[in-house]
Amino acid sequence: MAVLKKVEQVMMALNGDEAVAWAVKQSNVDVVSAYPITPQTIIVERISEFVNNGEMDAEFIHVESEHSALTAAWGAALAGARAFTATAANGLALMWEILYITASTRVPVVMAVVNRALSAPINIHNDHSDTMGARDSGWIQIYSEDAQEAYDNTIMAFKIAEESLFPVMVTLDGFTISHTLQNVSVLPDDVVSDFVGVRRIPRIKLPRIHGDKEIPLMFNPKYPITFGPLDLYDYYFEHKVQQNEAMKETFPIIERVHKEYGEISGRSYEPVFMVPYRTEDADAIILGLSSTMSVVKKVVDDLRERGKKVGAIRLRVFRPFPADFLRRELSKFHAVGVLDRCISFGGEGGPLFNEVRSALYGLPSRPIVHNYIYGLGGRDLPRSLIVKIYEELLSARAEPEVPVVKYVGVRE
Amino acid sequence: MSTWRPDIKELAKREMQTRPFESGHRLCAGCGAGIIVRQIMMAARKSLVFVNATGCVEVATTIFPYTSWNVPWAHNAFENAAAVGSGIEAGRKKLLRSKRFDGDPDIELDYDVVVLGGDGGTYDIGLQAISGAFERGDKILYVLYDNEAYMNTGIQRSGGTPFGARTTTTPVGSVIKGKVQFKKPIVDIMVAHRIPYAATVSSAYWNDALVKFRKGLEAEGPAFIHAFSTCPLGWGCETAETVKIMKLAVETCVFPLYEVENGRYKLTGPSLAIAKNPDRKKPVEEYLKLQARFRHMFRPENKWMLEKFQEWVDKEWELLLKKSGF
Repeated sequence: MAVLKKVEQVMMALNGDEAVAWAVKQSNVDVVSAYPITPQTIIVERISEFVNNGEMDAEFIHVESEHSALTAAWGAALAGARAFTATAANGLALMWEILYITASTRVPVVMAVVNRALSAPINIHNDHSDTMGARDSGWIQIYSEDAQEAYDNTIMAFKIAEESLFPVMVTLDGFTISHTLQNVSVLPDDVVSDFVGVRRIPRIKLPRIHGDKEIPLMFNPKYPITFGPLDLYDYYFEHKVQQNEAMKETFPIIERVHKEYGEISGRSYEPVFMVPYRTEDADAIILGLSSTMSVVKKVVDDLRERGKKVGAIRLRVFRPFPADFLRRELSKFHAVGVLDRCISFGGEGGPLFNEVRSALYGLPSRPIVHNYIYGLGGRDLPRSLIVKIYEELLSARAEPEVPVVKYVGVRE
Repeated sequence: MSTWRPDIKELAKREMQTRPFESGHRLCAGCGAGIIVRQIMMAARKSLVFVNATGCVEVATTIFPYTSWNVPWAHNAFENAAAVGSGIEAGRKKLLRSKRFDGDPDIELDYDVVVLGGDGGTYDIGLQAISGAFERGDKILYVLYDNEAYMNTGIQRSGGTPFGARTTTTPVGSVIKGKVQFKKPIVDIMVAHRIPYAATVSSAYWNDALVKFRKGLEAEGPAFIHAFSTCPLGWGCETAETVKIMKLAVETCVFPLYEVENGRYKLTGPSLAIAKNPDRKKPVEEYLKLQARFRHMFRPENKWMLEKFQEWVDKEWELLLKKSGF
């Protein structure tokens, strides 16, 4: 990413959780509702300190479960407040029902999810089984590569959510990002505050019989609105289709907010949906999410020095799925290895692989696509194994009839 | 607080003018819940907003594209209505403090939050969220409309279903006859949270009910009201007898009327009269015989069930008398 010094930023040593907490502190958040779960706890601890020390003017609801954490955030947002919550793994699983409700009522809550493996067996370390399980729930999902990005994404998320009326999930890898100290460029409070503004309340137009008036879309006795009614077979289907179409319309909003953020911070994240790394003239590409891609990029550098034509692409936004961008970007390569840090039991490969492969299927000329499932429960993915993946991809022959799905780094 | 004397004519007039809860909703004829909602609205001095747990009231009043609510209303899920209330209250608090909407003629923030749940959403699946909200002292009025089973899904037993009652999941079989357990002591559970106000309400006694709803709305902190609600479909009773049954429940002490202010129990209305004059207490049969769900208890071989029911009512009543200083 291009770094242009636009405003004076302070370099702070923060771990990923603290970076998120700082972003929340600076983003004029009105209500925080949260329940602790490792490795997310530091986020709520820091925010609690900010609130209790008077550094942040927010209502903190100490709920009794994650289910209520998201519920209360929903209620607060309905009341017209900017609401934030955070969770991980089983906490996200407990929220599952409310994820759908939040998205389907178009309530713009922002949530940080610190990616962690799902039970059983219980495991506190990183993989993506939690947020991948939530992929169909109607939330925008943005994956962060490091603490800096966790900070930036959280700030942008409030704007994206309120302009699109979709809830936004910002993810960061458990421990790898959440608990690792990094240098993070922190913007001045007033710059962030000006950028995000206060919570925007959209206005909706009343039908003509009510006088064509535009009324605020919030809980307000002056103009009562019924939120979350019963919707039977005569309307439900249309509502779902509209919701899906509306989600596709968030692409330009996400892009614009990134551009605006780039202008104030100098960190532009271009292109927004996927970040290519040394893909020019590359034959083999590894495509994946979040912090793992830092290591992959290092391997690309090593291999490039040895004359191998390899590159990497990091997907930043998984929902909405940028299929068009992928088609444009990926068609020119010989082989693509898709990294999935998640398993889909009984399925044909991981969720990211499935989406990538099906996005490419209709192309007249498409790359060979292999799937590599790795890192479950926090298992390390050493550089040696990434080198192996590249070697395999470089020598891959025409696409076999059966997709290649391999486990990397698992004991036989 | 000097006791408010509701003027029913005045209130009815106001209701006709403002119509906070429109007619044309699809609650069954004879359903007690609609009466409860209207009584809450009549008791209010401030604007109200409603949060509804999944249940009969929710599905019958908001079938898209229609709504019966002329006040802000939200439904999220079954078990979390109280948590929605907490969120709204926190959001409102912050917005008031920030003065963000001061001077905006289109936005009003001076309202009370009412959370409405049935017995399933309160006794069972929603208990955790209510307990959390009460522990935090969030200022919401939680109203339980108790029709004593999961009526919305077709009459299955809940933690609020009384002993002996026939439901679709506690059928009267050759071995097990109706529900085996008694009702969960829900008011005591709520009072144990040390909330400032809790009460029971039978809509048949509208005066008593309105006063309690107002006290609940104006309590300094969380309030809980257990409102008794007849269900003709689930109970197998005549639609025209709703009010009569709601009265008999009180007269037999199956559902005594009382309030608990800061932990102090106090009998009210007809229940206070019974405490002073025990001869007024009617036998439970008078209440039970009007409902098909208890019909099997009147067969000679099941006489023990009536006795057991009466025994439980007597014991609970004695306990309540003691708690209320009798």
